[in-house]
Amino acid sequence: MSVPRVGILALQGDVEAHARALRNAGAQSFFIRCLEDLEQGADALLLPGGESTTISKGLEREGLMDPLRDLVRSGVPILGTCAGAILLSREVKNHPVPTLGLLDALAVRNAYGTQLDSFIAQVDPGAQPEFVDFRAVFIRAPQLDCLGPEVEVLAQVQGRPVLVRQGVVWAATFHPELTADLRIHETFLNKLCS
Amino acid sequence: MTKQDADCGRTQAFELKVGLAEMIKGGVIMDVVNPEQARVAEDAGAAAVMALERVPSDIRRDGGVARMCSIEIIEGIRAAVSIPVMAKVRVGHFLEAEVLQALGVDFIDESEVLTPADEEHHIDKNSFNVPFVCGCRNLGEALRRISEGAAMIRTKGEAGSGNIVEAVRHLRQINGDMRRLKGMRGDELNTAAKELQAPIELVQYVAEHGKLPVPNFAAGGVATPPDAALCMALGAEAVFVGSGIFKSADPEKRARAIVQATTHWQDPKKLLDCCRELGEAMEGIEMSTLPENERFSNRG
Repeated sequence: MSVPRVGILALQGDVEAHARALRNAGAQSFFIRCLEDLEQGADALLLPGGESTTISKGLEREGLMDPLRDLVRSGVPILGTCAGAILLSREVKNHPVPTLGLLDALAVRNAYGTQLDSFIAQVDPGAQPEFVDFRAVFIRAPQLDCLGPEVEVLAQVQGRPVLVRQGVVWAATFHPELTADLRIHETFLNKLCS
Repeated sequence: MTKQDADCGRTQAFELKVGLAEMIKGGVIMDVVNPEQARVAEDAGAAAVMALERVPSDIRRDGGVARMCSIEIIEGIRAAVSIPVMAKVRVGHFLEAEVLQALGVDFIDESEVLTPADEEHHIDKNSFNVPFVCGCRNLGEALRRISEGAAMIRTKGEAGSGNIVEAVRHLRQINGDMRRLKGMRGDELNTAAKELQAPIELVQYVAEHGKLPVPNFAAGGVATPPDAALCMALGAEAVFVGSGIFKSADPEKRARAIVQATTHWQDPKKLLDCCRELGEAMEGIEMSTLPENERFSNRG
């Protein structure tokens, strides 16, 4: 695969930031707002940050839940950040929303508190080598709990998983798209190419 | 320690403030006056709610002094929803802002819709941890508010008027101002900064990037789905709706339709669907009948 084309779910959220990160990481992207947009054919999918309630309602309204789930189950990789991680999870605590249920985890929404508790932290030492010292931006962030046996933890902050992977499903509880560090987008795309 | 590390205290906080504004992009922020309305807004897909005691059209009708919302109303709204909760303070009233920060609201709107507390000074928003949004009519106002620490800019429009004309005027003005900077030489930018009464660093940023360093939203007069779509088409990155939803005949339906129109503004067929069976919109005010001294957009 020369230049991968990534479909970004663009119902609401920091869609442009992901498009920029993907461009800088050498990928193309297009926006998914309705069923017809899926016909463009995505090599990978991306669920942006935003409000998980808003995006979840949009997924249901547009009839995108089942088609996206089917695409990922057929092997199309997906990366979700923050709200995207919530929407990937099997179950949601604290104002539950309907999700794709592709990641064997319990997402706890707004787990750190309000906006005043938003923070920036380096991932803990002992992260997978490719993510050492990643500076992670957490905005009203969720936490991932009760991880299933197939879920691999790639990085932690304060001893909690913040970047995980289960097969083709990648989830970050922070926002790699808001910093210039492209390692997470790049690693996701590299796994796609290999 | 590098200079960047030394600056961390301030710049980290600013990055987090702008970060939340980024998360609201592509969404609709709805004015709500009680928990029931907040739930209607969230169910319709609002990306945030603005807690206040009266929507702008009622503030206009009632006259008198409009102040920060009562704490009980904000707490009730916060308990009812999971999306970010914003609240307004009077222009320059940094103690109302201290109170809302202590309460832990997610965003503060230093708003011309409330009666100004200070006719000369805006709040020093850099000294707060909570992010602020401010209204503006042109690029100079926008950059001055950003230099004071605003992490999100919205047009003033004319709140409570149900008339989109002022928001359109302000969006075109800001974007036109930015386009003009783009082709300028360094010496011309210095003069432009003087004319805009804005810091040269921010003027240079806009000239280089062609956009504000913070998200740029629309507000003031949005009453219909095509109003919201028009704002997006003119470069707004999200839309505030004040009186337009809960002063209409069918708030649930209109709220959903405005959310959809904001997402699908480029798709006329979807827009058409958004416009079906909405019931009456709020009543509108023609601008020529609104005296200058009664216009919120002339404040702050």
